[in-house]
Amino acid sequence: MTFATFLIQLLNSVQYGLLLFMLAAGLTLIFGIMGVVNLAHGSFYMLGAYLAWWLASLVGNLAIAIAVGALVAVAFGLLLERLLFRHFYHRDHLDQVLMTFGLIYIFEEMRSILWGDDVHGVPVPALLADSIALSDAQSYPVYRLFMSAVCIALATGLYLLISRTRLGMKIRAGAFNRDMAEALGVNIRRIHAVVFALGVGLATIAGMIAAPISSVYPNMGSQVLILSFVVVVIGGIGSVRGALISALLVGLVDTFGKVLLPAVSGMLVYMLMAAVLLWKPEGLFKQ
Amino acid sequence: MSAAKSHLEVLPPSVQVVLALGLVALAAFPFVSTDFYASMVARMMILAIFAMSLDLLQGVTGLVSLGHAAFFGLSGYALAFMTPASGPASLWWALPGAVAASGLAALLIGFFVVRTHGIYFIMVTMAFAQMVFYLFFDNKALGGSDGLYIDFRPDAKLFDLEDRRVFYYFTLAVLVAVYAFLRRLLWSPFGRVLAGIRVNEHRMRAMGYGTFGYKLSAFTLAGALAGLAGFLWAVQTGYMNPELMGFHLSAHAIMMVILGGMGNFAGAIVGAFAFEWVLHEFKDLPAIGGFNTGKHWQLWMGLFIVAVVILAPRGLLGMVASLFSRKESGRG
Repeated sequence: MTFATFLIQLLNSVQYGLLLFMLAAGLTLIFGIMGVVNLAHGSFYMLGAYLAWWLASLVGNLAIAIAVGALVAVAFGLLLERLLFRHFYHRDHLDQVLMTFGLIYIFEEMRSILWGDDVHGVPVPALLADSIALSDAQSYPVYRLFMSAVCIALATGLYLLISRTRLGMKIRAGAFNRDMAEALGVNIRRIHAVVFALGVGLATIAGMIAAPISSVYPNMGSQVLILSFVVVVIGGIGSVRGALISALLVGLVDTFGKVLLPAVSGMLVYMLMAAVLLWKPEGLFKQ
Repeated sequence: MSAAKSHLEVLPPSVQVVLALGLVALAAFPFVSTDFYASMVARMMILAIFAMSLDLLQGVTGLVSLGHAAFFGLSGYALAFMTPASGPASLWWALPGAVAASGLAALLIGFFVVRTHGIYFIMVTMAFAQMVFYLFFDNKALGGSDGLYIDFRPDAKLFDLEDRRVFYYFTLAVLVAVYAFLRRLLWSPFGRVLAGIRVNEHRMRAMGYGTFGYKLSAFTLAGALAGLAGFLWAVQTGYMNPELMGFHLSAHAIMMVILGGMGNFAGAIVGAFAFEWVLHEFKDLPAIGGFNTGKHWQLWMGLFIVAVVILAPRGLLGMVASLFSRKESGRG
């Protein structure tokens, strides 16, 4: 492997890991704070990708599409939390699993009815369509760097939100001791709604920024969903920091596995998970 | 985790009557129906065996597995590999071999997953099933994404599984045998320990039970029985593909168990039949105007699942039981 190839794979793995983090962060927060396992989280990624394709073809500008799409996603998340998820925080996991599995079907058909079952490509914005030459024959697309940058910016924003703001303090208090936080005057229902909408927003944005490189296709959510689960399990449920580190690890293993051990590459990530489970059954950063 | 949910372990007489009538109906069915519906019912019976195997984990032990289809698929693949290119394999070798393959895989995977709890267990079982999925999906030697064909149904010597009706009754016999076995198991000391683990695992540990071993045994047994169902599926369809190990089938099985009512195996059977029937009806829906409602069966199925979770968490058997008896047999 030449240095240029190595660099490309390294950048790809970081980019993929960061993208997984966008989903895993929402999953781990929604579970850590509300105790809900959400199988439909991958559907938000899928809906995001279709939304980006549809809005971009309407307005002809991906940036505007993403901005509008993110607002739509947050509103959708708030609505969904209010109508459905709120009533499942205290139900057992079995009910949550089934309810959110039912949602996967509903969201897939919503997509099918609204936008059809075709595979679509989303053009990379002209501003980011360049690539940077790494050697005579190899180059790295600027858009992928842009994706990583967006993810890093959002991850930093999430970190600052949770650790440095008053809202973040309330979120942490609610996760630590719900009843006590409520007794001290925190409106825990509103915190839950905010966290849920935040998770939906992150997953949708991930789908939207991934649309130009992954193309847009039905059921594209299920694979990222399962990988996000692996990320959450390795990182430890409820830990955003754990999700970040484990997402990067999963990205690294998956990307280099495809290059170095193509025959078993699909399984490598799961073997990593098995190894972590043997060592630390509750994940690396269980809180 | 699911301890609060009521479990109809003792079947009330009303339910037993319904089950007995159901068995008579199943035995008579091939004589009064077309081949199409007979093989559909045979498929329902196979899925009922699969649902019962999951109920041992989900309803009895309180372990919600979202990867149970992996063991269903593995034994079908095992049959494909055991069937020579030139002719059928012997049923008396292929059946135990395929079931053992699933059981062994369940033992191996169980060793990792059983040490996790609650939500982790759900995610990890799903992830391991996905790993098995990729093992077959990525390797051309294992059939790849196209899957494998099983050209010959296993040869049983005493009877001919190629005959649809013989296969139907063979499946019915397996269904009854698995049900009888699991009902017996439920009331054995082993079954009581599993039920104890569902209600309060810490207390069982404090009483000196090695719950890891019990849970691993349950997981292995459930995997082997899922393999039995998968074997029958492979014999019936003659075709295996990786999708059969995906998480949709696993989730459908969870739904079957919930729909019927969990923890007593009878509910799993009722749920499997009801679920498959509903699925069939949804796929058969006519087009209304320009809108093909049958093509969008997933929408109705999704709404149906959400509605069942909200409206009938005790399942159909629970409804039958409370319909016939005035006194509530448990809290809902």
